Amino acid sequence: MTGYNDLIEGREVVVCCGTGGVGKTTTAAATALAAANAGRSAVVVTIDPARRLADALGIDELDNTPRIVEGPWPGRLAALMLDTKSTFDDVVRRNAADDDQAERILANRFYRNISTTLSGTQDYMAVEKLKELYDSSEWDLVVVDTPPTRDALAFLDAPLLLARLLDNPIYRMLTAPSRGVFKAVNSAAQTMLRRLARVVGAEVVDEAVAFFQSFEGMEEGFRARAMATLDLLADDRTAFVLVASPRSDTLDEARYFLDKLDSSGLSVGAVVVNRMMPTMSTAPARSRQIQGGRHRKPIAAAAQALTEHTSVAEGDDDRIIELMSDVENAILVKVPLLPSDVHDIDGLNQIAELLGDDSGGVFV
Amino acid sequence: MDPGSFFASSRVLIVAGKGGVGKTAAAATIAVAAARTGRSVLLIEVSGRTSAAPMLGAEPQGYEQTDLVGTGAGISCRSLTPDQALVEWLSDHGFKRVAKRMAKSGVLEVVATATPGIKDLLVLGKIKQLETARAADLIVVDAPAAGHALGFLRSPAGVLDTARTGTIHRQAVEAMALLSDPERCRVMLVSIPEETPINELIETSFAVEDEVGISLGPVIVNAILPEIDGLDPEKVRRPHSRSITDSEVRDMCAAAAFRLERSALQKAQLLRLAAQLPLPQIRLPQLFVPHLGPDQIEQLADSMLSGIESLEGDS
Repeated sequence: MTGYNDLIEGREVVVCCGTGGVGKTTTAAATALAAANAGRSAVVVTIDPARRLADALGIDELDNTPRIVEGPWPGRLAALMLDTKSTFDDVVRRNAADDDQAERILANRFYRNISTTLSGTQDYMAVEKLKELYDSSEWDLVVVDTPPTRDALAFLDAPLLLARLLDNPIYRMLTAPSRGVFKAVNSAAQTMLRRLARVVGAEVVDEAVAFFQSFEGMEEGFRARAMATLDLLADDRTAFVLVASPRSDTLDEARYFLDKLDSSGLSVGAVVVNRMMPTMSTAPARSRQIQGGRHRKPIAAAAQALTEHTSVAEGDDDRIIELMSDVENAILVKVPLLPSDVHDIDGLNQIAELLGDDSGGVFV
Repeated sequence: MDPGSFFASSRVLIVAGKGGVGKTAAAATIAVAAARTGRSVLLIEVSGRTSAAPMLGAEPQGYEQTDLVGTGAGISCRSLTPDQALVEWLSDHGFKRVAKRMAKSGVLEVVATATPGIKDLLVLGKIKQLETARAADLIVVDAPAAGHALGFLRSPAGVLDTARTGTIHRQAVEAMALLSDPERCRVMLVSIPEETPINELIETSFAVEDEVGISLGPVIVNAILPEIDGLDPEKVRRPHSRSITDSEVRDMCAAAAFRLERSALQKAQLLRLAAQLPLPQIRLPQLFVPHLGPDQIEQLADSMLSGIESLEGDS
């Protein structure tokens, strides 16, 4: 692997991860656009509820199904904005034995909580959507923008979210009687539940019990699907792209992500560092010297600007080299700080070009 | 406005903002500025991995409250994570012997799933308990990062919707009372003068006030580039003495032009913010160091205090 282009042209799934505020959504969209420019059929899944991406792509509204973005590229470009709730509803409908079971689950309040507010649900549904789009065979490349989180594992754990919930001892206790075994266990569960009800309210416990009971028979389907998804994420059809900015705190976060990915056996295909400041060769010590010398005001003022600029920027490259020493075979792409945010396809194309530009990716 | 009265106007200040805008530095700065007015301050970090204490020259703090020294004199610091708050709360509510076992067996996971927001609510509940017990004159909360801040503040309303009876219901009612009383609690939002962060600041402001019903204090705008007097890349020429090389002149011109461009962009965003959000702004300067330490927080506290002094009296 030599450049970001190989990733754009060679992989089937690209997952953009990293903390918030580093340009992750824009990087994901630009990656899909670059693939369309290279003749591929690409879809980007965003989780950013801001209208910015829809505006930049020149489409009225993004929703939970891929919207084709028209443009002069030889390939095909589409975008969708993840709707966690309706994606989860689809998952339930697909896995339920019949309509009755599906409706029972969808109407349950405990389910509604899980499908809207449970932490990790958004990650889970992003992964589900990814798998759904991948399985449809309609796209050469599926690019996913992950929810901003400090916990890289949230996304990697996501496929197992429901499977794990259904593995919960409480679930097993609750479903025991209807399987005709362990009736005694059930009475222990009832005692525990009665105590819980005094604290959280009886209706909460009742809904939870009804939820778990309504899932009976669906566990295996969820588990099998989770395993297939994890396989897809782990092999070389998929590349993880870590998006960061050169600030020391976001690079610390980036390092944390890399460690997590590494310990989960996943490889990072590329590290994209956005918001790079222009590089100056004059050292801060030297410009400080000029600043203190007897020069005309414009010289002194410019020297001060230079000192302040390099004082902030000088550590950036060192920290990035340090970060990259931790990852094997990952491409580094540095994207300069741009004067404004991306507002249209031209702006997005500019980023797409910077991503594919080998000279920007090669680090000396 | 007198900084003393400013910091006396609410007992809890919740500092919130998206990742990358310097929220934790702002929280540390508020704590130092308030301590300078003679108040005892409790700085609470709820995001799990603590980073405010190191900015004040101390080790990262745990669940126990620790008094800081030096820059942090007058400030005590602690971390408060949702899981710890949940276990502590269960211990206090008749599950003392089984709280740890419940955590292990996965029962807690089910409780937390059944009642979305319960963990955030319990963190707020703990803050309320500390506020009621007057643990300090002022409690400064470094709110959860990224998009979680709104979820955190909405948690009592969410729990009220789910749990209509029981102990947890009462807890939610009490947390709501804390959040909706400006004399007890206000939210200070943090941003930087760039397009997307300013957009998000404006959206969050309206959500916090209208949906959640919490009063907002002034917004903190971080990383303002100070103006450099006489900066003009057009006028930078190589001096006759030849003491400066051509490449140094090129760098100076480039740095000057870049600085002017960034400053102009910042000014435009600050004007837009003022036009779209009727809240006073406290502006903190960009400091030209790779890491913020106690010296920088002291410097930012100076700026914050003068920013507060120039606020109108009624804000």
